Amino acid sequence: MATSTVWVAIFLFALVLLAFAPIMTWVERKQSALMQDRIGANRASILGFKALGLIHPLADVIKMITKEDTVPTGAHRLLHFASPFIAVVPAIISFAVIPYGGTYEMWGAHVSLCVADLDYGVLYVFAIGSIATYGSMLAGWAGNNNFGMLGSIRVSAQMISYEVALGITVVGLFMIFGTLKLTEMGVMQQETFRLFGFLEHLGFVAHGTGWIDWVTIPMWGIVLQPLPFFMFLTALMAENKRAPFDTPEGESEIVAGYFIEYSGMKFGLYMMGEWIEVVVISALLTAMFLGGWTIPWLPEGPMIAALTPVLGENMANLAAMVLAVHVFLIKVVILIWFQMLIRWSMPRFRYDQVMNLGWKILLPLSLANIVITALGILIVQEVTR
Amino acid sequence: MRTALFWIFSVMAVGSALGVVGSLRSPMNSALSLVVSMLALAGLYVLLEAQFVGLIQVMVYAGAIVVLFLFVIMLLNLRGSGAVGAESQPIMKAIGAIVAAGATFWLARTLASARAPWPDVDEGFGTTRAIGEALYTDYVLSVQVAGVLLLAGIVAAVVLAKKKID
Amino acid sequence: MGDVSGFHFQIVAALIFAIGALGVLLRRNIIVMFMSIELMLNAANLSLVSFSREIGNDQGQILAFMVMVVAAVEVAVGLAIIISLVRNRDTVNIEDASQMKW
Repeated sequence: MATSTVWVAIFLFALVLLAFAPIMTWVERKQSALMQDRIGANRASILGFKALGLIHPLADVIKMITKEDTVPTGAHRLLHFASPFIAVVPAIISFAVIPYGGTYEMWGAHVSLCVADLDYGVLYVFAIGSIATYGSMLAGWAGNNNFGMLGSIRVSAQMISYEVALGITVVGLFMIFGTLKLTEMGVMQQETFRLFGFLEHLGFVAHGTGWIDWVTIPMWGIVLQPLPFFMFLTALMAENKRAPFDTPEGESEIVAGYFIEYSGMKFGLYMMGEWIEVVVISALLTAMFLGGWTIPWLPEGPMIAALTPVLGENMANLAAMVLAVHVFLIKVVILIWFQMLIRWSMPRFRYDQVMNLGWKILLPLSLANIVITALGILIVQEVTR
Repeated sequence: MRTALFWIFSVMAVGSALGVVGSLRSPMNSALSLVVSMLALAGLYVLLEAQFVGLIQVMVYAGAIVVLFLFVIMLLNLRGSGAVGAESQPIMKAIGAIVAAGATFWLARTLASARAPWPDVDEGFGTTRAIGEALYTDYVLSVQVAGVLLLAGIVAAVVLAKKKID
Repeated sequence: MGDVSGFHFQIVAALIFAIGALGVLLRRNIIVMFMSIELMLNAANLSLVSFSREIGNDQGQILAFMVMVVAAVEVAVGLAIIISLVRNRDTVNIEDASQMKW
């Protein structure tokens, strides 16, 4: 069990850090270019081989590493050095509770594709997210700059405001699934319910009618709680400080806001932290709302049982594992694309609009959602008794 | 392993507590030491099989309360002011150290009998489910009163910190 | 757990409480005094949770949770008071707010 956890952790690290972060710069450039009807960055090449602009992340890294690392006078040196790390590390360690796949028995080893299957999985992400506030807040203070301080105040107010909405929007989902563990949520989202089953329960249709059993929908989070999906996405994007919520970074107002005094790789670390957080948001949303690593209408247990006579038990589990990881990554990529779409479509919100959205719109809606979900659970329990 | 973790977290907690009290240069240093202290205490809670309390410690204390402290320090732009008034007198530090040491040793002598081994607790001890069940069945009145208290606190904070509209 | 017992946790809690009490008594900066009060509350929490583990009951943890709620409210209201105090007097030295002293 311990060895498989190490391999999963190494796999996550390699995938997340080494693959996603530079690819995200390329995705941002090319997707925005496609959306704005232009070509995007395509000048970097190795030996004349342009690779659709994929050499640019490498050029970016070389540029950032070789830039001069300036520390302004009067700055708090320890904080100036440590703030990028405080901003990036929470984004990376949030991956520890997100499952890439289920549990499989292969060659005598019990492999669980989740680094830390904590009992309070989702709350861990929220707690780590509240630590991430410090990275951005201390960055502006450490730079001894007026614009930086303004950016710090804005960012801390924005992030702690949306933490409230973040926690409450998903309480409805916790009530329905009855668990905080993301692995259990993924397993529960494999079940299906009959769309027209209520007709049978209410007595409109005779019991045992055939066609009702054919129309089934997987119990994905987005089916059970459609509005909280978008509220959660909004709150997470506001936590991530990406457009349209990037008033702290307001490029046209306060000249890069809270990371105004950072150059070179420290600035690169902030950018990388933001993009890794985009991946974390997508992974979290996939695990909770879009069924995680499961294919709709194809539960994993029967699939492995069906493949075992053909491939043998080990290979069947391996095939299922590879398939699960691929399905998860496809869903994550779709959500990353969606977030980039939002980022490049909407103009930046004004600061009071951001606060308005967090306190006056998301919070009452999420509280109303809790009440409605509770009523819904009671009604369903009564009707299906 | 757990013993090593206990010593690491304890030294971190006590050391950063000293940093909170002894940071004469700037309240920002005190606030950051407070964060380290909170996180070390959260680690100690997890060692004590209190997972939910440790998590809430990180989420509420380290993640919101100290952020509020830092926010106020930044808003009021409180730069370091050195030792103000009576803080600069070394006799105070000497008296303080003696009193603290004395109190701790007296407490240690009183509690010397508390070295009993811990009872085995079942796996659900301190998990979210256990605390949640207890909170909403046995202690539901406390939860409701806490809610009213929080509401009163919110209203009070908004009224007190508002600028007067002349 | 090894050779660490409840005794050790109580000593840690006592130390942190003593340090916090010293901070309240000796420091003159309002914000640092307030942070020392938070340290004392945390030490009490640690003591509660440690006893809860020794007895095997989770009542200590629930009380610790309530203490955290009260501490959160107290910090919010206290910082609001500090903000208005600093705005009116332009000083964080608590010895400057002694008009009602005899």
